[in-house]
Amino acid sequence: MTIAYKADRQHMEITLSGDYLSFSDEEIRQKLFADLKNKRPATIVLNGQELGQWDSTLAVVLFEVIKFAQKHSLHIDLSGLPENLRHFLDLAFAVDRKPEATKLSRLPFLEAIGSKTLDIYHSSRKGSAFIKQVLISILKGLSGKAVMRRIDFYFAMEDASYKAIAIVSLVSFMVGLILAFVGAIQLKTFGAQIYVSSLVAIAMTRIMGAIMVGIIMAGRTGASYAATIGSMQVNEEIDALKTMGISATDFLVLPRITSLLLTIPFLTILADAMGIIGGGAVGVFMLGISPHEYWTYTWNALSLDNFLVGIFHGFVYGFVIAVCGCYYGIYCGRNADSVGLATTKAVVSAIVWMIVLTGIITFLLEVVGL
Amino acid sequence: MIKTAETSPIQADKITIAYGDFVLLKDLDFKVNKHDVFIIMGGSGCGKSSLLRVLTGLQNPSGGEVFINGTNFTKAEETAKNDIMKKCGILYQSGALFSSMTLAENIALPLQQYTDYSPSLISELVSFKLALVGLAGFEEFYPSEISGGMKKRAGLARALALDPEIVYFDEPSAGLDPISSKLLDDLIIDLNRSLGTTIVVVTHELSSIFAIGTNSIFLDGETKSIIAGGNPNDLLRNPPNETVRRFLTRGEK
Ligand SMILES: Nc1ncnc2c1ncn2[C@@H]1O[C@H](COP(=O)(O)OP(=O)(O)O)[C@@H](O)[C@H]1O
Ligand SMILES: [Mg+2]
Repeated sequence: MTIAYKADRQHMEITLSGDYLSFSDEEIRQKLFADLKNKRPATIVLNGQELGQWDSTLAVVLFEVIKFAQKHSLHIDLSGLPENLRHFLDLAFAVDRKPEATKLSRLPFLEAIGSKTLDIYHSSRKGSAFIKQVLISILKGLSGKAVMRRIDFYFAMEDASYKAIAIVSLVSFMVGLILAFVGAIQLKTFGAQIYVSSLVAIAMTRIMGAIMVGIIMAGRTGASYAATIGSMQVNEEIDALKTMGISATDFLVLPRITSLLLTIPFLTILADAMGIIGGGAVGVFMLGISPHEYWTYTWNALSLDNFLVGIFHGFVYGFVIAVCGCYYGIYCGRNADSVGLATTKAVVSAIVWMIVLTGIITFLLEVVGL
Repeated sequence: MIKTAETSPIQADKITIAYGDFVLLKDLDFKVNKHDVFIIMGGSGCGKSSLLRVLTGLQNPSGGEVFINGTNFTKAEETAKNDIMKKCGILYQSGALFSSMTLAENIALPLQQYTDYSPSLISELVSFKLALVGLAGFEEFYPSEISGGMKKRAGLARALALDPEIVYFDEPSAGLDPISSKLLDDLIIDLNRSLGTTIVVVTHELSSIFAIGTNSIFLDGETKSIIAGGNPNDLLRNPPNETVRRFLTRGEK
């Protein structure tokens, strides 16, 4: 299989003979086009009297030759080709519709930085607008004016309540255990292992319980919010809601955010308790502290302030998780990967915001002396 | 391998399709000739799509066999089956483009999978196939960025990537405006004429049936069998029974 051709400045004759099936000889193709570019003959004649079988691999060569000829206004004569091949090639030129919108190419470096900065600006505006909407929705919900299906709220409640109990218990129990272990190593050197109980009690109630609940709920509940709402976006269901005049924030975000805000304090209390039990297990079984003594020290270490600070953190985390999950769900793209991307973003950003806000809250509490 | 005396691209031999106890179609015998534009018609739910799934090897019939180019496709081994499937292009109802890939990547996929063509040849072939279906210049678009009719044409470009001998269409005009639908019909005829591709179309769009069909079968849900066959225009002139006549005349009394 080869493509024979003679060429000078005036005239190029390309002769096809034999079969061209899976014709993929790079060399011949490249040489043909190199010569075509060099010579740029005024007329090109295609000769296919002896052409046998062919497939698209031949057609594509001719397609490129014709395109070249058209671009440089060379005369091309296809009458020597078999009827069906000519027809096939005509087809490729028949409806040569150019896309209405041309795609963006890669931006130069500086422009890319600029556009990224603008992106951040726009998305932070979008984000704060979303949070404002959510707050309005919550107020509307409190005054009973929001359109929300009760069943959605129950489902969200179910998901954020008893279905999360097992994992929250297990993880906080283990965290209490680990805290106690790590604390014991140091405290033992002073013979003060009894203070393991206070350490665990303070750490769990003030921050660790809430953080563990936050991380677990970001992973299971926040992710599922983003995935559910995201696939609704893909299915154009959110557009349907909007055209019915129903606010997506009321209808989709409100039941989720309220249920998470309602359940998260209880989950935090559960986590606190399980952490203390985990610490107790280490204290009693490893450090040989009597259960009664452990409990007394724990009780003395517990303070309402720390407990309330923990619950407050829980509320903040619940809000962050629900907002991130719903936000990335609603602003999900329309591709197949969009939902996956939305879920990832929801979890990652929820955890990042949780940590950032914890830093800020801790600082502020320090200032007011709590 | 068993070869029938005269090898037609597709031959159905006593095909029965059933879902559990529910028999959908029973003992279908028919033959698609080379270069046919073969129409499978019949009312909704009579099993056209199921038959297409059987013909394309996506589903096994409950009884009977399909011969593709004389080879027993139904009983073939995995590798032989794949070789046959490679020679068949399918345009699914919705286009079935992979939404996370650009049109170019969609069409390049079978080429990368089954040929050892160089990347530059593949990209030229991709552009050529897109041009064939009137989508030149849309290489870098994602399926979500083009219209329904364009998706179907892009799906066709992908179905044509490997120069198939047989192309199947499941309701090509469903969900298309008359102009897009006509465009697709014209494409089907052009492919059939220029490449000699054998074409099987499931449709109940009358204008398509008469414009493109050279041969057909008419499936009937009640008798679970083929109640008519042949050139659709002939069928319209001499309908063999009342069901076919009413179908082809849009229910005229
Ligand atoms: N996977 C399946 N399982 C059970 N029944 C099915 C399945 N696919 C199709 N059917 C039944 O077969 C019938 C015909 O379906 P289909 O082949 O899609 O018909 P058509 O394409 O002619 O409208 C329908 O009544 C449907 O209920
Ligand atoms: Mg169907």
